[in-house]
Amino acid sequence: MRLQVEDLTYSYGEKEAADHVSLQVDAGEFVGLIGPNGSGKSTVLKNVYRGLRPDSGKITLDGEDLLSMPYRKSARKMAVVGQENEVPFDFTVEEMVAMGRAPHKRLFDVDTPRDRQIVRNALEHLGMEQLAHRNYRRLSGGEKQRVLIARAIAQESDFFVLDEPTNHLDVSYQMQIFDFIKRLKVTVLSAIHDLNMAALYCDRLYVLSQGRVVMEGIPEQVLTPENIYHVYGVRSCVEKHPITGKLSISFLPAGIGASSFWEECI
Amino acid sequence: MEQKHHFRRGEPNMRLILCALTVLALITLIVATGLGPVSVSPGTTIRILLSRIPAIGSGVAHTWQALDENIVLGLRLPRVCLGMVVGASLAVCGVTMQALVRNNLADPFILGVSNGAAAFATLGMLFGAFSFLGVYSLSISAFLGSAVTILFVYTISRVRGHIHITQLLLSGVAVSMIMDGVTSIITLSAPNALGLHNAEFWMSGSLAGARWAYLTLPLAVLVICMAVLMVNYRGLNLLLLGEESAGALGVNVRRLQKLLVLVASLMAGVTIAVSGSIGFVGLMVPHFTRMLVGGDHKKVLPTSALLGGILVVWVDVAARLVIAPEELPVGILTAVIGGPVFIWMLKKSHRETQ
Repeated sequence: MRLQVEDLTYSYGEKEAADHVSLQVDAGEFVGLIGPNGSGKSTVLKNVYRGLRPDSGKITLDGEDLLSMPYRKSARKMAVVGQENEVPFDFTVEEMVAMGRAPHKRLFDVDTPRDRQIVRNALEHLGMEQLAHRNYRRLSGGEKQRVLIARAIAQESDFFVLDEPTNHLDVSYQMQIFDFIKRLKVTVLSAIHDLNMAALYCDRLYVLSQGRVVMEGIPEQVLTPENIYHVYGVRSCVEKHPITGKLSISFLPAGIGASSFWEECI
Repeated sequence: MEQKHHFRRGEPNMRLILCALTVLALITLIVATGLGPVSVSPGTTIRILLSRIPAIGSGVAHTWQALDENIVLGLRLPRVCLGMVVGASLAVCGVTMQALVRNNLADPFILGVSNGAAAFATLGMLFGAFSFLGVYSLSISAFLGSAVTILFVYTISRVRGHIHITQLLLSGVAVSMIMDGVTSIITLSAPNALGLHNAEFWMSGSLAGARWAYLTLPLAVLVICMAVLMVNYRGLNLLLLGEESAGALGVNVRRLQKLLVLVASLMAGVTIAVSGSIGFVGLMVPHFTRMLVGGDHKKVLPTSALLGGILVVWVDVAARLVIAPEELPVGILTAVIGGPVFIWMLKKSHRETQ
């Protein structure tokens, strides 16, 4: 699976929320989209997963134009786990996960034993088979998010788009969810709020600021104290963590760390 | 305590529920046909009905009076059948509108759709706009009224791709007041042109004038719309997740929304053309259906159609018995029952969002 976005522009009325954004995700990569609130991460992803329609620009999946593709086809190529996870009515966990089978179904198709097996496997994969008949709306935030990942697995696509799925979750859930997805060995494009999470899980990063891609590269190139200061306006200390081997970022509050210390850290 | 918190819904047995409801609907058909200011016993009703079935009809002993037969076949049976069709259509229309706006408080009556249909229908009668379409002119103008109202209410309550529920309910109130005003002006200023259909009929709904001829179009529309909705049940479910998620799961959201507006307007329009506005059926029935079978539209659609039909027939029985020999318009009774249910649901939904 290969995603190519060229010159994507989208605006909600006056202001451009995504301004000539170009990016690409190659098969097997875990690519992160970082940037401050309102920098356009979510807008870019919504254009990629067809929640919004670009004003201009080109998006291709495996060389095929996404915008002219039937919705069912793009949904078989790309699964989305987003922030929007409320349903107005009661559905069981199993019913929610079974919705992932929809893009594989034509109008008159019925659910087959194979569909049910796929749904069961997806639930087992996330250790949720016990919850299959529970009411989705009464689950905790972390459990709901796991259900949505199970749904994405049931969708059987090898490309996941994650729109800050872990935003409101406790850190244990955040890590659990990224670990799950990492284990699936799928191609991932994810908006990530937390820079440490981005450093831990991503192969490559794109930095968005005011709707534009301002930087890209591997975490070691992108996550430097200068860049972080430039984009987020905070001082930080970045080190290679002895255990994870990945970058670890500590933010420095105004009172702590005299400028000399900070420079030393850089 | 823990058990209660983790409420667990057993898998509803759909086959059992649908069988039970079908049997209940048949019993309703027979018993309700007998009930009214002049009552006919269920046994007699069954015999009269059987005598009309070609193959076995001749074998039934003719033990009833001609008056009974006239009441059963000429008055009650078309009325009960129309009640079934109207109830089912209103319930399914409610389900459709609720999927469209992602909220269980949507109902053709609450959102002013019935009133819009009534206003357009009276306008159509007054100006004879669709008279070239003969008997269907009334239904078509009512359908146009529903469609215009749904689109209008839907458009003004949509804020950034999400339906704002306060906007939705308030614009429904405003639109229904405007449309009621239009209907009143027309019916009061040109009473002769409108014959039987007076203002009261449009605003409070009644099945009293039912004739066999009224049944064809609503029944055809109900069957077609149900088929269209059942074929699209996955899309309806996905739409509840929100437009973005639905698109990401393979739904052509714009197209499905247009289809739902069309289906809801058709069902509301042709129903209201024959029965006036019978409110709150589209609100109560889907709600109780979901308590019974959950939110999956594959289960909700047939269950609510059956429940809606049964409910309206029984409320109509009550309407002709409560102050017999006078009759209450059935819409007044559904409002008396449905209003409090609406308030209760409103309170409940408020608690849930907090």
